[in-house]
Amino acid sequence: MRITQGTFSYLPDLTREQIAAQINYCLEQGWAVSIEYTDDPHPRNTYWEMFGMPMFDIQDAAGVMVEVDRALSEFPEYYIKVNAFDSTHGWETVRLSFIINRPREEPGFRLDRLEAEGRTIRYSTHTYAGQKPAGARYGGGETA
Amino acid sequence: MGETGRQHQPPAGDEARYDLAALYEASDIEAALASLNAEMIGLEPVKTRVREIAALLLVEKLRNDAGLQADPPALHMSFTGNPGTGKTTVARLMADILKKLGYVRKGHLVAVTRDDLVGEFIGHTAPKTREVIKKAMGGVLFIDEAYYLFRPENERDYGKEAIEILLQAMENNRDDLVVIFAGYEEQMERFFSSNPGLRSRVAHHIEFPDYDDQELYRIAELMLGHMQYRLSGEAEEALRDYIHLRRQQPGFANARSIRNALDRCRMRQAKRLFEQRQRSLSATELATIEAEDLLASRVFDEPGENRR
Repeated sequence: MRITQGTFSYLPDLTREQIAAQINYCLEQGWAVSIEYTDDPHPRNTYWEMFGMPMFDIQDAAGVMVEVDRALSEFPEYYIKVNAFDSTHGWETVRLSFIINRPREEPGFRLDRLEAEGRTIRYSTHTYAGQKPAGARYGGGETA
Repeated sequence: MGETGRQHQPPAGDEARYDLAALYEASDIEAALASLNAEMIGLEPVKTRVREIAALLLVEKLRNDAGLQADPPALHMSFTGNPGTGKTTVARLMADILKKLGYVRKGHLVAVTRDDLVGEFIGHTAPKTREVIKKAMGGVLFIDEAYYLFRPENERDYGKEAIEILLQAMENNRDDLVVIFAGYEEQMERFFSSNPGLRSRVAHHIEFPDYDDQELYRIAELMLGHMQYRLSGEAEEALRDYIHLRRQQPGFANARSIRNALDRCRMRQAKRLFEQRQRSLSATELATIEAEDLLASRVFDEPGENRR
């Protein structure tokens, strides 16, 4: 099941040129771009691992693409996303976030229903990939 | 001009015409070149070379329009010259010109020295250098006193590593980066001869000549103009004397020495005005530098040519 988080996630995967163009847009807005990755795609997992520091003083997309390429080659079977942070007073938040890489196989989620008191039902989302230990969830098995 | 769609075909006998003048005007490169001419006094070899590069890039653009293909020219440069001859200032203008010609995308200048590139321990240098290169992408990387990168006396020096990474970036990221190496002439000569790989990748060697008395005087005038000061008649004379004497003294750093002298001179002017604070001052007085502000300089105390 293809997960859809962040901007552009209903579109076909972005090409390298498209990623660079989006990053360029972010930089033109004065946003700081950062890269994050994870192998736990649970929707409530909002804190992904940072790939390096946020890039505060890079002016051109080519500089960010160096890091993007590094992330892609280091974590080909992980989810990788690009975040753009707007530090303007009053915003101070991520303005754009999109996934640039995903594992080849995405096993998806199972919905668990817990029957509680009375007729109450509690739901929880369970990632199939999460059954394996972190680092061995997608493809291979070798830890990154 | 020539927007007929034919321009992308290889040139035939009677083909479309290409208008260099129109392209020149459209690129507002003229303004950048004009500011180079107005802001920089003297430096004829530098200006000639900058114009040549501008011409090359403009023609290259037209050639692309005409469907003639060539690799984009490599524009890594070295600026050699004594202190205060305007290397950094020209680099800044160069970044602007290259942006206007569409050779670099952003046109910012990242000025660094050895400290910004070379790390303190093993494994520290590569990330540091890469960080700087990433920042400079889309613009110009200006490495001041670049010869410090290479220290032949210490073979374990990390400078070498920084040079290697720079070389890699200069080769692989040609479209993203222009590197300018700057430094004093002899040291740079030694630097390039001990790094042949580097020399062969730096296409443009630009020499910055020292300024003569007349040029220095015009620089001083320009600086004072920017700061909104003017010289009294006697002060003009004193400034000419000052420049003449200062040039012969050790530690003379061309325009930088002039700037420092003017800063001290402003201080003396302020002191002089402060001492007359009982009376009110006119705007002219506030803007005028008198001969005494200049003549108080230590330069005139030197034994020998004392013109006081």
